[in-house]
Amino acid sequence: MSDKVENGLIESLLKEQFGDAIRSVEESYGMLDIVVKREKIIEIITWLRDSSLMNFNFLTSLCGMHFPDNKGEELGVVYHMHSFANNKRIRLHILFSISDPHVPTVTGLYRTANWMEREAFDFFGIKFTGHPDLRRILNMEDMQYHPLLKQYPLEDGTRTDKEDKYFGR
Amino acid sequence: MSDIQLSNNKKDRQFLNGVEQSDEELKQYNYLNLGPTHPATHGIFQNILKMDGEIIIDAQPTIGYIHRAFEKLAEHRPYYQVTPITDRLNYCSSPINNIGWHMTVEKLLNVKTPKKVDYMRVIIMELARIADHIVCNSVIAVDTGALTGFLYVFQWREKIYELYEQICGARLTTNIGRIGGFERDFTPDVYRRLDEFLKDFPKALKEFENMVMRNRIFMDRTINTGPISGERALEYGFTGPNLRAAGVDYDVRVMTPYSSYEDFDFIIPIGTQGDTYDRFCVREEEMWQSLSIIRQALDKMPKTNEFFADVPEFYLPPKDAVYNTMEGLIWHFKIVMGEVNVPKGQVYHCVEGGNGELGFYLVSDGGRQPFRLHFRRPCFIYYQAYPEMIKGALLSDAIITMSSMNVIAGELDA
Amino acid sequence: MVKVTEAPEMYTGEGYGLTRLEKIVGLARANSIWPLPFATSCCGIEFMATMGATYDLGRFGAERLSFSPRQADLLMVMGTISKKMGPVLKQVYIQMAEPKWVIAVGACASSGGIFDTYSVLQGIDKVIPVDVYVPGCPPPPEAILDGIIKIQELIKTESFRRRESDEYQKLLTSYGIE
Repeated sequence: MSDKVENGLIESLLKEQFGDAIRSVEESYGMLDIVVKREKIIEIITWLRDSSLMNFNFLTSLCGMHFPDNKGEELGVVYHMHSFANNKRIRLHILFSISDPHVPTVTGLYRTANWMEREAFDFFGIKFTGHPDLRRILNMEDMQYHPLLKQYPLEDGTRTDKEDKYFGR
Repeated sequence: MSDIQLSNNKKDRQFLNGVEQSDEELKQYNYLNLGPTHPATHGIFQNILKMDGEIIIDAQPTIGYIHRAFEKLAEHRPYYQVTPITDRLNYCSSPINNIGWHMTVEKLLNVKTPKKVDYMRVIIMELARIADHIVCNSVIAVDTGALTGFLYVFQWREKIYELYEQICGARLTTNIGRIGGFERDFTPDVYRRLDEFLKDFPKALKEFENMVMRNRIFMDRTINTGPISGERALEYGFTGPNLRAAGVDYDVRVMTPYSSYEDFDFIIPIGTQGDTYDRFCVREEEMWQSLSIIRQALDKMPKTNEFFADVPEFYLPPKDAVYNTMEGLIWHFKIVMGEVNVPKGQVYHCVEGGNGELGFYLVSDGGRQPFRLHFRRPCFIYYQAYPEMIKGALLSDAIITMSSMNVIAGELDA
Repeated sequence: MVKVTEAPEMYTGEGYGLTRLEKIVGLARANSIWPLPFATSCCGIEFMATMGATYDLGRFGAERLSFSPRQADLLMVMGTISKKMGPVLKQVYIQMAEPKWVIAVGACASSGGIFDTYSVLQGIDKVIPVDVYVPGCPPPPEAILDGIIKIQELIKTESFRRRESDEYQKLLTSYGIE
C-alpha cells in the first residue's frame, strides 16, 4: 500500500480505464491536473476512491470557476482529492457552458461535498443535480444574482458614502 | 391553548434542512432559535434546534452572517494586498494564514527560502497555534463554568501579542512577513521575550491543566459529549485537532512538510472517541508540542543574516539601492503599486492551521491580481457535521460541543 | 482617603452639597455602564483582551457584561456587520431600553473597513444611530478604552429631556425606528 504511486502511473491507469473521457492531463507544481468530461465525473471519482491502489479517500476541496472568455465552457468545477495512504494529491477539472450549469453531485460519495456544493451554487449558480438541500449558504436567501461571476462588480452599487472616482474605479 | 390552529400557508411551515415539518412535529417538538447573537456561541452563526424537552432531535445551522466575500475581494487586489485579507480568516492565529499565503505565492514563483526564514516562520506559526489553542481550551472551560482558568491563561496571549508587535508592529491582524521572508531579522529583544515566554508559560499552562483536566466535574461534562468516529470524521472532511481527537493521525506538517518542519522532532497527539474531552486534551498536548518545537527552532537557528530569499519582483529593495540605483527605484515603484506580474499557473498549497488543513488554491492568469483564489477553510468544512454530533444530546452539551470544535466565524464565512 | 471619581461642581456647605440632579444621575450612569458586547469578528478578540487583566475595562465600571438587550446600556458593535446581520442588529437595538448609547468599534463597524464588497454593510450608522466611533483594524485596547471614556463624557453631560425631545425622535424616525 505504501509503494510509490507516481503521477505517471495514475495518468496511465486513468487513460486506460476511461479513455477519451480524460480530456487532458498536466502536471503543475507536483500535482496532476486532469480535465475530464462532465458526464463521467461521478464514475471517475468513484473509481479513484474505491480502487485499492489509488485510494483517494479524502475530498479536500470543491470550488467553482468562471472563465468568461471561454465561450461554450464558461463555468467549471475543480475537485481536489487526497490519498492518505499514498500521500498523493490530484486535481480534477470539469468545464461546461453557462447555459447548462448542471453537474451531478458527489455528496453520495463524500459527505463533505454538501456545503462545498452549496457554496459553489451560491457563488456561481452551478446546480448540482441530486443534492439533498441546494440553497444559498453564505449570501442572503433572496439574493437575485450569483456574485462571484466575473461580470458583477465587487462593490455594492447602492452605497452612498464612497465615490467611485476617488477609488480609481 | 390545546387546539393550536396551524396555517395552511406554505410559507409559514417550518423547514428544517430542506425537509418540511409535519403538523404533528410542529405541535410536539419545540423549535429553539440559538440565534446569531448568543453569548455562548462564540461567533455569529445561527442554529435552529428541534427539541423534545431538553433533548435535541435535529438542528439546522445557518451561516453567512459575516460573509465578507474574501474570494471575490482577492480577485481585485494585487498579491501583497491579499495578505491583510488572509489575516481575517482565522483571526486568532493570523500569522499562520499570512505565512500560508506567502508560501503559496512562493510556490507559484518557484522560490526557495533559506533555512533561517523557515525556522523564523516555524517559531511564529507555533506561537500562533499556542494562541489559538489557548482561546479554544479556556473557552471550553468557561462554557462548563470554570471562568478562572480563562483569566489565568489569557494573560499569556498578551505576551504573544507583545512578541508580534516587536516583529511586525501589529497585535492581532499581523500581516506578518513578506513574500520571500521577513522585512527585518529578529531583534535581540524578540529572542529575550521568547526565552521568557518559554520559561514562564509552561507554569501557567500546568496550573490551568491542574485546575481543569482531571477535574471530576469537567470530565463528567465533557466525556461522551459530541462524539464522532474516525471514519465519519473523514467522510465529513475533518482535519486538524478535531480529526486527531477522533483517532486519525493526519497532520499536514508531517504528511507534506513545509517550511522545514521535517527538521523538528514532535509527536502528534491522538484521541480515541472524538468527544469534547478528547478535543480538549489533543489541543492541550499540541500546545506542549508547540513549545518544544519553538525550543528546538531557537536552538537550531542558523547564525546567518539571510532573513529573506532573493525575489526581486516582490521583496522591496533596501533604501540605499532605491535612492542610488535605477533598478532599485523601478522595483520599489512597481512593488508598492502592485504592478508586478506573476507567471501563469495554478497551485494548491496547504498549511496546518489552528483548526486543520488551511488550503489556498490560486489560479493566476499572468496578471497583477489572482484570477481566482479559493480558500479551503477547515471550519466551514467540519461545521457541517455539527447537527450530527449533537443529535440526542442535551442543550448544554450542544454548547460545549460547539466551543470545543473551535468554530471561528471569520473562517466559517469568509 | 480613596477617591473613586470626580464630584461635579456643587455649592457645598456643612454636610450638604447643592447641584443639579442631572449631574448626579449622569455621574452615576457614566461610572456603571453595562455594555452589551455585540462581537462579530476580530475586534471581538481585542475586546476580550480589553476585558482582561492588562487593560481592564472593569475599572471604568463596565465590569458586568450583559448579553440581554433589556438589561444593557451600551451597545458595543465590534466587527464587520454584513447585510444579513443588519436586521438582527437593528432588532437588538430596538429591544434596548432608553437611555442607550452605541459605540462602533473598529473600521468595519464604522464604515465597512477594508471590505468594500457587496455583502458588507458600509458602516452600522446605516441602520442604527451611533454615538462614538473607534477607528482601527483592530483598534488596540487603549483605543477602545478611549472610546469608552468618550462615551462616559457623553453620558455625564446628557440632559434628562434629550430622549423625549423632537430632535431625538426625528433621528430615530430617520432610521425607521419608532
